[in-house]
Parts: sequence; structure tokens; C-alpha cells
Amino acid sequence: MISLFENIGRYFMLLGKVFSRPEKLRIYNRRIWFEIEALGFNSISLTAIISAFIGAVVALQMAITLESPFIPKYMIGYATREVMILEFSSTVVALILAGKVGSNIASEIGTMRITEQIDALEIMGINSASYLILPKIVATVLFFPLLTLFSIVVGIVGGYAIAYFTGIMIPGDYVEGLFYYFEPFSITYAIVKGAVFAFIITSISAYCGYYAKGNSLEVGRASTRAVVASSITIMIFDLILTQIMRV
Amino acid sequence: MIRADHISKTFEGRTVLNDISVEFDTGKTNLIIGRSGSGKTVLLKSLVGLHDVDSGRIFFDDVCYTDLDFRGRKSIRKDIGMIFQGGALLDSSTVRENVRLPLDLFTEMSESEKRDRVDFCLSRVRLTGADHLYPSELSGGMVKRVAIARAIVLNPRYLFCDEPNSGLDPQTSVVIDNLIHDITKEFNITTIINTHDMNSVMEIGEKIVYIHEGHKWWEGSKDDILLSENPELNDFVFASAMAKRAKSVAR
Ligand SMILES: Nc1ncnc2c1ncn2[C@@H]1O[C@H](COP(=O)(O)OP(=O)(O)OP(=O)(O)O)[C@@H](O)[C@H]1O
Ligand SMILES: [Mg+2]
Repeated sequence: MISLFENIGRYFMLLGKVFSRPEKLRIYNRRIWFEIEALGFNSISLTAIISAFIGAVVALQMAITLESPFIPKYMIGYATREVMILEFSSTVVALILAGKVGSNIASEIGTMRITEQIDALEIMGINSASYLILPKIVATVLFFPLLTLFSIVVGIVGGYAIAYFTGIMIPGDYVEGLFYYFEPFSITYAIVKGAVFAFIITSISAYCGYYAKGNSLEVGRASTRAVVASSITIMIFDLILTQIMRV
Repeated sequence: MIRADHISKTFEGRTVLNDISVEFDTGKTNLIIGRSGSGKTVLLKSLVGLHDVDSGRIFFDDVCYTDLDFRGRKSIRKDIGMIFQGGALLDSSTVRENVRLPLDLFTEMSESEKRDRVDFCLSRVRLTGADHLYPSELSGGMVKRVAIARAIVLNPRYLFCDEPNSGLDPQTSVVIDNLIHDITKEFNITTIINTHDMNSVMEIGEKIVYIHEGHKWWEGSKDDILLSENPELNDFVFASAMAKRAKSVAR
């Protein structure tokens, strides 16, 4: 328990270092673009594949569950849309990306730590925490909300595809459901969640890597710790955000 | 001049540096020698402030580095070049980007000035045509050269080298040693080199400090070192069978 508090304390101290005044904004701009490509663009295909499948499975599951003459058929499209927007796209995408982006960040920064690259930056007078971590945080906080929206769209298209190809429901009904009782705030909600989760994944993973010590075994452990810690934190914040942003 | 004044450093109750006082001279190649695990790297990192010492003070010329806050240290760090045991080049940057980074962050040079400066440093370490390679594509000797080029790109007043020629063949070692020695003279730098290579000691050692189990055990010049009666130092200096035989023949 003491070590948990110690870690939380060190985590916030690291954040303090990360957000202290950056060296030169121009350099940071370049690095942010680089990270958007490395962490964001490279996650698009994984997000697309998983979102399409989950969208299809959700629609199929709804079609089977709502098999009743008393429930209008458009409910399938409606339910699929709501599930994607409210829960799946932000949370599950964040969890999957914690495994990909989080472990990537932790092992990259961890390797830099044990091969003295971080010491080398410090010796040059560079604020290594800010130089390495800030661009990653900015890149993911900007890009993850977009990725969340993308996931919603792909998931809904996945549901349409399953309706179209299996004939288990009429595509027209599905589309009608998509436009049924739409609350625009739910999109804001998804975007906020995407940004918050991005911050959590990136900062916690960077923290795990930044304080790695020892050898390559430790880098592996750091990246496992990053995935576990960010996943758990995401679940906690999912609960908190759902409560405070209740639509 | 760099001076350590009674510095000690402990890791989890284990004393690694024990009350070390030593002075390193400007314009000279100062060598720290000692067995593996004797505390050379910890001493070097303590001097540059990568480890905080538990007690004692460190001076860079007349400034007490230990008492400075983050900002004060930062201004001194711009005058420090350091070559790490493993090179510590940034993996995700090319040779050119590695050498250029300090210029990007700390100078207002134009693109062409930066290019010239990087070219100059790379040619100074006799490394041309490797600009666009990544560290993983370089040989050990090339990594060391890039590390040297990066360390000197801002014209440092202090140069720290942690085993600059470990893992290199004897010929390349001599080249790297001479390079560091020449740069030291050329720019009047205070250079401190960690090594356990007796060849380096005899080639470029001007002031030599022998560390034994965290204590400063001996200091002197390379001429004194062969005549010293200090038993631990003798064991270290004449560790190889060949050196032992040479010594007995000489006697
Ligand atoms: N960060 C650290 N935490 C705990 N102990 C450390 C740390 N760094 C070094 N030590 C210990 O300090 C001692 C001296 O290590 P150091 O790296 O200075 O040796 P060295 O003289 O540089 O050896 P080599 O020639 O092999 O590089 C070793 O016993 C090492 O275990
Ligand atoms: Mg060492």
C-alpha cells in the first residue's frame, strides 16, 4: 500500500516535470507530428478491424435477443449505435490501445532509460521528461478522440454489413434505428472519454518506462506494469465519468 | 578545473564512494582508473550531477555545482559534454540528428550554420558518409565517434568519458584515445576519462586517479604509476601476465 502511494506521488512529480515550460516550441511541434504518426496513425487499422467486428457482433446479438413481435425492428440499429457511442468505442478501444500504445511507450522510454539515453539528454541540459513525454501526451490526447469517433462509425458500418449479408434483419430497419432518438451530447461524452483515457494511458505508461531500472528484463516488466496499471485506471475513470457526465 | 570535496555516495546502505577528494586540471586528460565495480561510473555520474551525492561538494571552476538549483545546473550542463559507456545515442534519430540536437535546442543558429557545425564535428571524429544511418546500423567504434561528435558540438568546457574505448579493438582504441586527447588540447577542455585500459593510461594519461573499492587510493602521473609501491595499484597495473614478466625482467 505504501508503495502504491509512493508511486502515485512520483507519478505526479513526473507530471510536474513534463508540464514545466518546454525548451523550444518549434522542436515540440515536430515531435508532436512524429508521435501522431507513430502512436495514432499506426493504431487506425487495429481500431478499424476490432470496431467492425464488435459492431457486427453487437448488431447480431441484438437481432437475436430482440427477436419478438412486440419490439420494433429499428431497435437493433438504435441499440447498436448507443452501445458503440456510450461504451464500446471509448472504453474498449482505450483498453485495446493500452495494450498496444501503452506497452510501446513504456518499452521505448524504458529502453532509453537503461541505455542511458535519458541521462544523455539530461546532461545536455534538456528536460528529458518534457522532451520525451509531452509530445506523446499531446499527440494521443488530440488523436484518440478522433479515433473514438472513427471507431463509432466503423462499428455502425459493421452492424450494417452483418444486416446486409446475413439477412437476419432488414438493412432499412437498421438504418432507421440509427437515426432514432439521437442525443448529440453522447458524442461529446465519447470525445471527452477518449481524451481522458488517452491521457491516462500515455502518462502512466511513460511513468512506468521512465523509472525502469536494470536490464532488458526490467523493460519487459515495465511494459507489463504499464498495461495493467493503465487498464485498471481506465476502468475506474470510466465509472467516474459515467457517473458525472450522466446524460 | 573540477574539484570534488569529500564526496560520499551510498546506494541502499552500500557505500560506493567513500569520502573522495580530488581535483581535475583544465586542459589535461585526467584519468580515473580502477577495477570493474570499484565505483568509476558512479563517481563520474556524481560529478556531473546524474547522481546526487550524500555528502561533500563539487566545484566546476569556482562555482559550487552541488548548491545550484535546477536552473543553475542547467547553465553549467550546457558546458558539459559526456560520452557514456554504451554511447547512449538516441535510437530513433540518425547520426546527423543526434549530433544536431543540442544545436536545435540551445542555439539560434540558422540551418546552414547548423549543417556546417555538424559537418565539422563529424569530420573532426573522422566520420563522414554515415550521416543518415541509425545507431543500430553502426559499429561499436562508429557509435563512440558519434557520441564524441555530439559531446563536442556545443564547444564544451568539460568533457566526461565513461570507458570511451571499451569493447573496441586495440587500434581503434588508440584512435579514439588520441582523438579525445587532441580535442582536449585543441579547445583547452577539462577532460575526465574512466578507463581500465592500461594502454590508455600510458598513451594519454596526464593525471591519474586510482579508485579502489570506493576510496581514492592513489593519484599521480603516468611516470609515477609504474614505480609506485602501492600493492593494490601494482596488482591493477601489472594484472596481465605479460606486464608482470616485463616488470621482473626490467628489475
Ligand atoms: N543505481 C545504482 N543502484 C545501486 N547500486 C549501484 C548503482 N549504480 C552502481 N551501483 C553499484 O556501485 C558499484 C560501483 O559501480 P560502477 O558502475 O561505478 O562500477 P565501475 O567502476 O564503473 O565498473 P565498470 O568498470 O564495470 O564499469 C557497483 O557495486 C554497483 O553495484
Ligand atoms: Mg563503469
